[in-house]
Amino acid sequence: MSGRRSRSRQSSGTSRISEDQINDLIIKLQQLLPELRDSRRSDKVSAARVLQDTCNYIRNLHREVDDLSERLSELLANTDTAQAALIRSLLTQ
Amino acid sequence: MASLISDIEPPTSTTTDLVRRKKRSSVSSAASSSTTAGSVSSESHARWRSEKQQRIYSAKLIQALQQVRLNSSAATTSSPTAQKRGKAVREAADRALAVSARGRTLWSRAILANRIKLKFRKQKRPRTTTKIPSMTTVVNSSNRSRKRRVSVLRLNKKNIPDVNRKVRVLGRLVPGCGKQSVPVILEEATDYIQALEMQVRAMNSLVQLLSSYGSAPPPI
Repeated sequence: MSGRRSRSRQSSGTSRISEDQINDLIIKLQQLLPELRDSRRSDKVSAARVLQDTCNYIRNLHREVDDLSERLSELLANTDTAQAALIRSLLTQ
Repeated sequence: MASLISDIEPPTSTTTDLVRRKKRSSVSSAASSSTTAGSVSSESHARWRSEKQQRIYSAKLIQALQQVRLNSSAATTSSPTAQKRGKAVREAADRALAVSARGRTLWSRAILANRIKLKFRKQKRPRTTTKIPSMTTVVNSSNRSRKRRVSVLRLNKKNIPDVNRKVRVLGRLVPGCGKQSVPVILEEATDYIQALEMQVRAMNSLVQLLSSYGSAPPPI
């Protein structure tokens, strides 16, 4: 990982970013996406497709975090009852 | 019953410890086996997926959330809107996530620095327009970066404007990567996605924990 970082710094110093490097990173990104994890075809998925799906995935994750934050805030608003139940259940165990 | 209610009044630090201890005792047995497996590979993949990292993040999150609750109850007597409360929770969660990254990534540093920048920019604004300060700064930075984007486009011989355009869009989604070069954006995105997944997992388990404790009838 650190090797890749130093390599990218050198190449950006000479203002040339190698395509292989970018393709490597895009493949790594593809492994993370749940939809494209196993490529059904033998040929690679296009880079544009990977990037588009990455953007959509990040937007989905943001939306999930927002929803969870709202639910958490509602639960914490009633924390008195939650704390009481929590303490009670912990004491009885 | 009265004694129980009076015990709830004192500060929430006790509950924080209780919840943290409860989480640790339940997860430690499972974590001991998984952390040994996770420590073998030193990749970032294992880091964000390990149980230990999730535990650390959950503890930080609970601390931050307790502070949020104290602030909101002290500042406003009337209940703030659900949106404001949700936003405060979201910001606390993002900050806890950025701290868990230990300052090694761009996006985590950007999240932590952004709050300070916004506070400063809102106070003093020497610009002529009197619109919302945060909005104008965003517009200006994107104008500046658009000029730089043109020069970067000509470098790649492939020069598929499609791919470059999508990388720029991706850079805007990841905090702090709006003006970065393509490989930096891609690398930050891989780490950011894994961190977000862990954040979702941790918040899910926290919501389940709180809702189950709230709804379970206490056996007395």
